[in-house]
Amino acid sequence: MLKVLKSGFFTTLQDSGRFGFRNIGVPVSGVMDEIAVKKANILLENSPEDAVLEITMTGPTLMFDAPTYICLSGAFLSPTLNNTPIENYSVIKVEHGDILSYGRLENGFRSYLAVKGGFKGEEVLGSFSQYVPVTVSKRIKDGEEIEFDSVVHYEPVISNLKMENHFSGSNIEVFKGPEFDMLNDTQLKVIFTKDFTISEKNNRMAYQLTEKIEGYSKTLLTSGTLPGTVQLTPAGRLIILMKDGQTTGGYPRILQLSEASISNLAQKKFGDGITFRLI
Amino acid sequence: MKSYPLSIKPFGAKAILVEWPQQVDHAILNDILLFVDTLKNQDSSSSWEWVPAYNSVTLIWRSRERMDFEASKRFIEQLYKNRNPQSEKRKHTIWKLPVCYEAEFATDIETSAHTLGISPYELIEQHTSNRYTVFGIGFLPGFMYLGGLPESLHIPRRKEPRLHVVKGSVGLAGKQTGIYPQDSPGGWHIIGNCPIPIFDASKEKPCFASIGDKIQFHTITKAEYDLRKIEAEIGIYNLEKVQPDA
Repeated sequence: MLKVLKSGFFTTLQDSGRFGFRNIGVPVSGVMDEIAVKKANILLENSPEDAVLEITMTGPTLMFDAPTYICLSGAFLSPTLNNTPIENYSVIKVEHGDILSYGRLENGFRSYLAVKGGFKGEEVLGSFSQYVPVTVSKRIKDGEEIEFDSVVHYEPVISNLKMENHFSGSNIEVFKGPEFDMLNDTQLKVIFTKDFTISEKNNRMAYQLTEKIEGYSKTLLTSGTLPGTVQLTPAGRLIILMKDGQTTGGYPRILQLSEASISNLAQKKFGDGITFRLI
Repeated sequence: MKSYPLSIKPFGAKAILVEWPQQVDHAILNDILLFVDTLKNQDSSSSWEWVPAYNSVTLIWRSRERMDFEASKRFIEQLYKNRNPQSEKRKHTIWKLPVCYEAEFATDIETSAHTLGISPYELIEQHTSNRYTVFGIGFLPGFMYLGGLPESLHIPRRKEPRLHVVKGSVGLAGKQTGIYPQDSPGGWHIIGNCPIPIFDASKEKPCFASIGDKIQFHTITKAEYDLRKIEAEIGIYNLEKVQPDA
């Protein structure tokens, strides 16, 4: 059991997602930064679907009541185990009573805690990912206990990775979206030359950008949307849907982020800059 | 069986958008459902998720392998050619949903009726005398896009959306009517509340309605509403449905 002494700003249980229910409006959910989680799960030789804690901006304080192995990844929140600094992308042994806590946010926005065998929680429609109203709770709370299967001994094939962050760049790679062709020359020029800023409206559902572009007046029939879909509102606002984003929408889908760029964007926060690059 | 010219476009590296002509049309919706049925039958390895809505289906590639757009496009064209006109005759369920239109729930019924130049009574009368078709489910889990609202009830959405619309609220906006499946912000005019849960994740079928089904509302009193609400809370509510020609 992992005892949550303090939950941090916004910590959720997430796995690879809830598939097969988008046709009744249930978003796919799952980890925002797939690249970071994939690496942590690989180091622990977990299944890619295994659930992790997604820790946003400010870390929790957690106590382990059984021995296991963990791996941290994504944003660097100056983590410590019993007050000793630890690194991301390293397999670390923890013992009964060990306390994991976090400090200053050094880079990125979302940090991950993976455990050998994965965390367990309330499974609904085939996934542990927390999303209300599918799951009862939308986040991990103070005092909560999160289950995992204790592992006393494990010898990892690779015990740590030294690597460049996959989210240090500001370039966001995009494909043309289904309504790309409705953009006029002015809009196109602005989209692909301007630096955009992440607005304060950013969460697991969507990232809004601060700068507006020229709007339009065309109306469309509601149609499917995906994580990474860039919608343009009539007023010229750009909204990038993320993992908890709506499954259908009525705004033109002008661009579609690559999967790697969704991971990159997931590590951006209010005030960070991005530029769009057409693949 | 009529065939439509389909547009098949890539939607990122892992999805494909298939579009029928841009119209709200029952024949197009039925053709889309036929296509989706064919896909369900032939996609034995469950490589795809599908999201139909109005005149389109978004096909989302599930496999860890790379999606080959050209091969997938040929597969989609083949599916469309092979769709089975027999299932065109399938019957869509009509769901009868109770709505309490009394003042406690119908925050905007007076102002909406006033804007539309009718009495609240006439508004209720018209809202309950039509059957609405489910053209899509999205936006929120279980949110149904309902088509078929009579023109006399078309009303522009509220200028200022509300931050909090309660679960079950029945609203009007533009050419649409609908039910908020859970508490959410919203810009629709609220004319009543439906005590039946529209989305219940604990059920095998979390959303009872499917695209193509029809919804018909009928009025209930506050007393009946309270009873239905309690039934819903303990999970013993009955859904009234009619199978056409059954």
